[in-house]
Amino acid sequence: MPIRLPRAGTAQIAAFLAILAINWMVSPQFFDIRLQDGRLFGSIIDVFNRGAPVALLAIGMVLVIATRGIDLSVGAVMAIAGAIAASLADSQPVWVCLAAALAAGAVCGLWNGLLVAIFGIQPIVATLILMVAGRGIAQLITEGRIVTFASPDLAALGGGALLGVPMPVVLTAIALIVTLALVRGTALGLMIEATGANARASRLAGIDTTAMTVAVYVWCGICAALAGVVAAADIRGADANNAGLWLELDAILAVVIGGTSLFGGRFSIPLAVVGALIIQAMNTGILLSGYRPELNLVVKAMVVLAVLLIQSPRLADIRAYLSPRRARS
Amino acid sequence: MDTPRADAPPLLDIRGLTKSFAAQRALDGVDLTLRAGEIHALLGENGAGKSTLIKAATGIIARDAGTIRLDGREIDPKSGAEAVATGIATVYQEVNLLPNLSVAENLYLGRQPTRFGLVRSAEMRRNARALLAGFGLDIDVAAPLADYSVAIQHICAIARSVDLSARVLILDEPTASLDVHEVEILFRVMRELKSRGIGIVFVTHFLDQVYAICDRITVLRNGRLVGERPVAGLPKLELVRMMLGRELAEVETRRPERDAVAADTSMPLARFDAFGRSRYVEPFELVLRRGTVVGLAGLLGSGRTETARLVFGAEAADCGTATVDGTTVRIGSPRDAVRHGFGFCPEERKTEGIVAELTVRENIVLALQARRGWTRPLPRREQDEITARFIRLLDIRPADPDRPIGLLSGATSRRCCLPAGWRPIRAC
Repeated sequence: MPIRLPRAGTAQIAAFLAILAINWMVSPQFFDIRLQDGRLFGSIIDVFNRGAPVALLAIGMVLVIATRGIDLSVGAVMAIAGAIAASLADSQPVWVCLAAALAAGAVCGLWNGLLVAIFGIQPIVATLILMVAGRGIAQLITEGRIVTFASPDLAALGGGALLGVPMPVVLTAIALIVTLALVRGTALGLMIEATGANARASRLAGIDTTAMTVAVYVWCGICAALAGVVAAADIRGADANNAGLWLELDAILAVVIGGTSLFGGRFSIPLAVVGALIIQAMNTGILLSGYRPELNLVVKAMVVLAVLLIQSPRLADIRAYLSPRRARS
Repeated sequence: MDTPRADAPPLLDIRGLTKSFAAQRALDGVDLTLRAGEIHALLGENGAGKSTLIKAATGIIARDAGTIRLDGREIDPKSGAEAVATGIATVYQEVNLLPNLSVAENLYLGRQPTRFGLVRSAEMRRNARALLAGFGLDIDVAAPLADYSVAIQHICAIARSVDLSARVLILDEPTASLDVHEVEILFRVMRELKSRGIGIVFVTHFLDQVYAICDRITVLRNGRLVGERPVAGLPKLELVRMMLGRELAEVETRRPERDAVAADTSMPLARFDAFGRSRYVEPFELVLRRGTVVGLAGLLGSGRTETARLVFGAEAADCGTATVDGTTVRIGSPRDAVRHGFGFCPEERKTEGIVAELTVRENIVLALQARRGWTRPLPRREQDEITARFIRLLDIRPADPDRPIGLLSGATSRRCCLPAGWRPIRAC
């Protein structure tokens, strides 16, 4: 089955390119790339590298939002996964750390999914529980300290590179491809969209909407855990208090910028990733421009507003209203 | 029944109404004349443009051309609310009220009597009781609307519209989900309104109802006006011919053989013994044989819908056994039922029958896909074939498989429920 091309992605891609162009104007070295120690460096590379955690969160979040849900706990899950990976890093091989962290993410997702799908709790409340409790759990794992590690293998997941491409970017690309293959290569995508757009009708058509809902939360948890490992590997340590703090909001924003409605239904994973990159490109641009970082949030809000306005279905109506009325015979 | 004088000036006069969706012309220069105190049937096959006419005339959708006159004064409503303000109210088959609010709140929503900004509930309830009494209805107006039958809900919607000083009332298939007794209640209300001089446009598929209550008819076919006739003296065959555009004899010859399977005493395809669910429907027996149609008859609230939902697993049974092809099976969810080759066309199309946001193609293949499981996606070519076949078979117009199904006319999308429900059955 061919991967469906995003038909409505022009606005997002145009916005991303426009922000890159502005970045280039404020910082002429923006597109400069150099190879150092087998890893590419440069501001543009940085956009992808720093954007990786939010992009990973967005890949999972977009599926949850497509089922008409939301997952506020992804930041906390990042902290839990980071704490587990960092605690195990110096005693276990890296694949055990990674597997344990991802398993923890899956368990967190399962918890959210069961609360939403089996107990019928509203997603925003159900995941709020883990959003609050998760940081506590992460602190219990790290025993309240910032756990640092020396394992170069785990650190490579944050700072290493494959063929010059930074590992976080590679991991994000893998997550994107695996998710796309899982969702669009099978009938899952259609079933998730159907579940989100009309759960009752989907159930009567024979779709296991409960399993769909649980599955997307589990996948979201796994993606969040991967993001948590990347974040921990990047700083060679786990900070249960600050890892992934407020990133759930960036992830939701990325999904919305990517054109997926919070009311569920149609979704686009690649555009959610583009949304994450848009957010990061703005962050990087403001840092490069030398403006005070305080401006960051305001500028971010303006750009988000612009992208959402471009997508607004009402915009066409307003434009039609402002243009001279069509003559009626 | 006194027929209004033919020379009275029309209450509502629609001329040359035209509306296209993309390249599809849904309405082509349609006229409709409604006199005061008249019940006027708007007839036509599914997809003939009845709903589009109503929506274009009430400003829900913008018309391309045409004039609308109310009392000889040209009006141009831009929204449903504006149409109501000018005196044209519409009550849809799927009642657009809020089931969780009380009857009184629904009647006075947005215009509750207030004092110092606070709603005067007692006065509102008093007014509501008086208003409904005018329609011969004596019910507890403080109870949630959802507690009452669809007929009562319809009457509440009508009462609200009339109270909003409607002079033209459009009823879009109000009788489709009512039983005989409820239709009679509704007709009583319609006659009462007629005597008050309100003009009613009545959309229905039941020709008996046309003869029972209507004064004149307007027939549409494929978005065009076929004609306007007084009901009195119009032979039924002539009416059917107008709607179909061909002779009825042609249609009648295709009657299926009914007795061919009557003597079949072989093993039933499926049977349900002492099947039931407490506080939902009492245990029942149901035997389904190959090649037969079993009708579930009964008044509203008698449990026919509940029986069907239980058989399909939409509600889980808590007693009794289900047997399919001689083996006892568990049907605890629609998924189980679909796996055993059951299909289901739910009563409420909009909320349960279709996924409005998905395309015609996706809706048609959804149930089949669900049966195959998520790991075996239907190849796109096969999807296209199935969709093309059903579009032809069910005469879905416009025949665009990639159009979101929610944009199709109500009746057309209802037909799409059929393949959605039926496709998974054995043959595939």
